[in-house]
Amino acid sequence: MKMQEKLNKKLNNSYFISWLVPLILLVTWQMLSLWGVLSERILPAPTEVLQAGAALLETGDLAEYIGISAKRAFIGFLIGGIIGFVLGLLNGISNIAETLFDTSLQMLRNIPHLALIPLVILWFGIEEEAKIFLVALGVLFPIYLNTFHGVKSVDKDLIEAARVYGLHGFSLFWNVILPAALPSILVGIRFSLGIMWVTLIVAETISANSGIGYMAMNAREFMRMDVVVLSILLYALLGKISDVFAKIVEKRCLKWHPSYQ
Amino acid sequence: MKDGNSFELQEVAKSFGEHDVLKGVDLSFKKGEFVAVVGKSGCGKSTLLRLVAGLDKPTGGKVFVNGKPLNGLNKSSRMMFQDGRLFPWKKILQNVGVGLNGNWKHEAMELLEQVGLADRAHEWPSVLSGGQKQRVALARALVNQPDILLLDEPLGALDALTRVEMQRLIEELWRKRDFTALLVTHDVEEAVTLADRVLLIEEGKVVMNKEINLPRPRQKDHLQFVSITSQILNRVMQVDVVMENMAING
Repeated sequence: MKMQEKLNKKLNNSYFISWLVPLILLVTWQMLSLWGVLSERILPAPTEVLQAGAALLETGDLAEYIGISAKRAFIGFLIGGIIGFVLGLLNGISNIAETLFDTSLQMLRNIPHLALIPLVILWFGIEEEAKIFLVALGVLFPIYLNTFHGVKSVDKDLIEAARVYGLHGFSLFWNVILPAALPSILVGIRFSLGIMWVTLIVAETISANSGIGYMAMNAREFMRMDVVVLSILLYALLGKISDVFAKIVEKRCLKWHPSYQ
Repeated sequence: MKDGNSFELQEVAKSFGEHDVLKGVDLSFKKGEFVAVVGKSGCGKSTLLRLVAGLDKPTGGKVFVNGKPLNGLNKSSRMMFQDGRLFPWKKILQNVGVGLNGNWKHEAMELLEQVGLADRAHEWPSVLSGGQKQRVALARALVNQPDILLLDEPLGALDALTRVEMQRLIEELWRKRDFTALLVTHDVEEAVTLADRVLLIEEGKVVMNKEINLPRPRQKDHLQFVSITSQILNRVMQVDVVMENMAING
């Protein structure tokens, strides 16, 4: 019992400590604004940003914009993720598929997907498809590469043992290949979650009529510094939330892994 | 049902590219027999095991299992590997039951009990010691009651005490469960401890086929045990026993 308490205390402590630096930064920022060192035109005080957020929350704009941005991110991630995952599996398992597709995918991978924005605007205008397309394209490659690498580097001895024990086809995939490749796949997912937000920010600031990026660009036109800062902080928060989510998934799926015990 | 042959090798040869690993091996194994294969590393003893398991195809000759030529994987055999090859993402019980369908948990638990690890059934393999991992591997190999158990240096990576413990366990389970066992090992003493028959392979050929008629469980300080062991060991090391004796006596 005592051990458990100690452990809990330790965990609470480390949780608190991890938020200590952001907290200090925030307090310093507030103080500097209060003392007039930071001009309002450079950076408004955190309290002002909070007020702007509260005002936007009241009108319902904030919830709507966050919802729209999150939806774009999620759909784009789902589409790109599934395509990357399936291609990674296919090329990892089948040599024919690898020879057929890998070269093309490696070439496409080297094009910065944000360089396609002009083309995407010509194709889709500033509709939803444009943002979703860009996000999907951005997350596809990290997930493809890591899935492919994960499947390729499954221990051949383990596959052989599995065959001796009667596993083949789908049961071999489900019981051996997928769990063995999972650590690598999850690295790809965490990586692509970062890319997902970056892509969305850029796409929304360049061409959108809703969403957090649109909110920021709109605020810039009216010199609403507080709203601009608010949207930047929102992106930081959303990024952190998706990373926490990915970590939870990692912890649940990789319980067997010595590094996660 | 201890009569008849469990499996047979006829003129079996195996080469990898230009390199001949096995050069025409003729062997037959009685049902329920415990046979050990010794030889220096690279002599082809592991290849022999892989051919019987159906993991590799012979480049010449044929393997017969229960009188029928072997095609593809040998489904009546299970292999136990030197490094255990447990699946780290499966709990110990699930490792034992891998590849089984239906109501396998009861049987898997029973096997874990027999190897003395029933209380660890719901832990991950990563927390086990090397010897415990091999016991799980043994349980996994035996759970679906194979006719043939193939052991590829299963105790090679264990410390001396654990090794003796595992040898006893393997012998006990073999006597209880009545399978044909083929053990590849580089430890001659281990071979003489466990086997009814010891084969020596040298440069791809069986050069010795020796019955061991000692009562079980075998005492390692027994005079005959010691003399058989050193006889085989000397043959492996190519020392001429006669010459040696002459030198000592004369």
